[in-house]
Amino acid sequence: MFKNATTSVNKSLAAIFLSIFTSPLFAAWSDLNMTQGVTAISKEVFGLHMLIFWICVAIGIVVFGVMFYSMFAFTKKKNPNASTFHENTSLELAWTIVPFLILVLMAVPASNTLTKIYDDTEGDINIQVIGYQWKWEYRYLEDNIGFFSNLTTDIDEIYNRTPKGEHYLEEVDEAVVIPVGKKIRFLITANDVIHSWWMPDFAIKQDAIPGFINTAWTIVDKPGTYRGKCTELCGKNHGFMPVVVKVVPQDEYDLWVAGKKEAALKMAELTEKTWTAEELVQRGEGIYQKNCVACHQSNGAGITGIFPALAGSDIVLNNKARHLEILMEGVQGAAMASYANQLSEVDMAAVITYTRRSWGNAENGDGEIVVPTDIVDYKKPKV
Amino acid sequence: MSAVIETHDHDDHHHGPAAGLTRWLYTTNHKDIGTLYLWFSFAMFLIGGAMAMVIRAELFQPGMQIVEPEFYNQMLTLHGLIMVFGAVMPAFVGLANWLIPMMVGAPDMALPRMNNLSFWILPVAFFILLSSLFMEGGAPNFGWTFYAPLSTTYAPPSVTFFIFAVHIMGASSIMGSINVVVTIMNMRAPGMTLMKMPLFVWSWLITAYLLIAVMPVLAGAVTMMLMDIHFGTSFFNAAGGGDPVLFQHIFWFFGHPEVYIMILPAFGITSHIIETFSRKQLFGHTSMVWAMTSIAILSFVVWAHHMFTVGLPLAAELFFMWATMLIAVPTGVKVFNWVTTMFKGSITYETPMLFAIAFVVLFTIGGFSGLMLAITPADFQYHDTYFVVAHFHYVLVPGAIFSIMAAVYYWIPKWTGNMYDERLGRLHFWLSFIGVNVTFFPQHWIGLAGMPRRVPDYALQFADWNMVSSVGAFLFGASQILFLFIVIKTVMGGKKATPEVWEGARGLEWTVDSPAPYHTFSTPPKVS
Repeated sequence: MFKNATTSVNKSLAAIFLSIFTSPLFAAWSDLNMTQGVTAISKEVFGLHMLIFWICVAIGIVVFGVMFYSMFAFTKKKNPNASTFHENTSLELAWTIVPFLILVLMAVPASNTLTKIYDDTEGDINIQVIGYQWKWEYRYLEDNIGFFSNLTTDIDEIYNRTPKGEHYLEEVDEAVVIPVGKKIRFLITANDVIHSWWMPDFAIKQDAIPGFINTAWTIVDKPGTYRGKCTELCGKNHGFMPVVVKVVPQDEYDLWVAGKKEAALKMAELTEKTWTAEELVQRGEGIYQKNCVACHQSNGAGITGIFPALAGSDIVLNNKARHLEILMEGVQGAAMASYANQLSEVDMAAVITYTRRSWGNAENGDGEIVVPTDIVDYKKPKV
Repeated sequence: MSAVIETHDHDDHHHGPAAGLTRWLYTTNHKDIGTLYLWFSFAMFLIGGAMAMVIRAELFQPGMQIVEPEFYNQMLTLHGLIMVFGAVMPAFVGLANWLIPMMVGAPDMALPRMNNLSFWILPVAFFILLSSLFMEGGAPNFGWTFYAPLSTTYAPPSVTFFIFAVHIMGASSIMGSINVVVTIMNMRAPGMTLMKMPLFVWSWLITAYLLIAVMPVLAGAVTMMLMDIHFGTSFFNAAGGGDPVLFQHIFWFFGHPEVYIMILPAFGITSHIIETFSRKQLFGHTSMVWAMTSIAILSFVVWAHHMFTVGLPLAAELFFMWATMLIAVPTGVKVFNWVTTMFKGSITYETPMLFAIAFVVLFTIGGFSGLMLAITPADFQYHDTYFVVAHFHYVLVPGAIFSIMAAVYYWIPKWTGNMYDERLGRLHFWLSFIGVNVTFFPQHWIGLAGMPRRVPDYALQFADWNMVSSVGAFLFGASQILFLFIVIKTVMGGKKATPEVWEGARGLEWTVDSPAPYHTFSTPPKVS
């Protein structure tokens, strides 16, 4: 009877262990380690990581082995009289010198890889990466194209009102596109606070610092969509500004570049067109949701003490010139940045018009609209 | 080291503690001030811990459930500041106050009035810091490292109060440290040469020098922030020709010695406890002293390993990588010494010993991840992820905080005259041990898998282990209520302790009665 009890205990223990290791928790064990990534450098970095990891494991087995052995073998019961030794110069020398040698062995490959990472020669394609609160801008320096990359995860998913999608918090409206096999050089900086551009699959993490340009490079041979994140605390939406890079074959890349250039031309045409207030408000709402709600909130009420309200603000109601100026220049010493380079003329005019005509502002103020050509005029050099 | 104490009963008209509240307000007695520090730090531990519970509750599942991102950032900032400056550091100062005079055979600290002042400005500093939660714009929200310009141009108005609070904390630490140095240098019993000093005293002597060296640097950093915010300077403002990276250099020149400030006294405590419960003289007393000294010196030349991704030149990256790896050597020596002390000892497992052994094992694990983080190319992947969070919590929670708990169990019979409840103590240990590992071990994995730190929400692949981590955190948090209960129970009563308390205890503090008389060593003992 006792025997039966033990076997059943054994069986249930085995079942418990089995269920733990086959549970979803351990389903993707490889997801619990650093990614090997898709570049030569990222694989080297992964190799260094595993090498130092196994060195630590080996040291741990020796040290903890001796320790656990002592804990069981030298209890007061088994060894009532402790030894009295308390020094041993050769032993102490040995455990100073041996770890030092292990460290030297470790430092050599690490220094080699680091030197490779620090190759800062020109790339085939140079892309400027600019961090903003809370989005990334990419400018392709050779092709003179650029765009912003915003999180597209729906606010309802974040607040658990709708189910979360596959790429929750790792999806953007416009990914960086790069061709396979070319040396891409990223020139990384920031517009407001410090951000950090991290793409684990390329083993690139570089801080984006206002006033500095940091460089990083990569050559990717495997097409695909790669996902990373901002890794420097940059304010309240730090967790909501992912990095997405699409690596495509060269011909697809060329098509994409051509498409971007064409879109820029179309935008120029839109600027010249005559806009009605309704059209501007309609276009402006989307721009506002993407760029302004984080601080000023979707009802225009802002956050007391930090971000001023737009609903009922004197500037938004009655001072079109100052309103335009704030968006174009930003506010010195405050979180409000200049949007002159972030928004096209059309979008700038649309978002200003939207705020001037929403939340009762049109009724309480002059309700004047701003059209794209106003922005063009503003940008002309003042005489 | 053997100690002989000459027991002269001195005049009995000499005073005991004053009655009532004024005893605590006006006290210049090192034991009273030690008690004040310890209770204060425990209160801060609970407040900072409550904030950690808010953080783990929000991270229990992906999505925003409990708090908003703004408030989440305030929680993580205050949690860090309170645990570092309010819980760990004052706890060590409290232990220093209680123990250093008794260990060196001195009647009190050298500068008792300053001692009183350095304690009583602390609650003021934390009152100011915590009150910022109720200010317009909320409390500081830029992380305990407060990188500019997030903490200057983009900070809430309460940052000015934060700066003032940091200044006060710094003044308190500097005064406390000067007191420790002066006491150790001038008030040791005859015959106690420097190399005969107990290791806790040694560890605090080194810690005190580190504090005196780096707290003014921190004060400089926050003063420059103050100037940037209110007086139009541009130290850290790129638009005005300033340099945001300069802030990080200054901060980490303070910050790295600071992390050793939080661990060196733990080395001292652990050495005493392992020696006592192994009933065997500590192995390598001299090499322990040299190891701590080298760690302290190295701590001044490794600061930029916190900044491997800011774009330092290659030469600097290599230098800081090598220098950082070097720290593993003296740290290894300490661990080997502890293990060798246990080897061929005669070991029993009372609560302090359990905490001390857990300290050695888990601190070593934190040391391993530290060594991994030192490898610059790998750090490009680890930096600012949960791997770092796991690393520094392993050295701070089962490191610094376990050592403080071990110290409380070890010396509380000396402080109160009563033995703590061994059964409850062990229960507290096992709950904390399981809680701490369940909380922080999975964080290594989610960090490696790519979860950044300081985010209120995360992608779905990190969900399972975040939930496990939160469950561990709630267990660890709840277990500390048990600790509070055990301490109060011991203060109220319990089995009377003998002067020696522990069979294998060595050192002057075990030669006086338990509880230690209000004034000890009015006549210095002779150490041979």
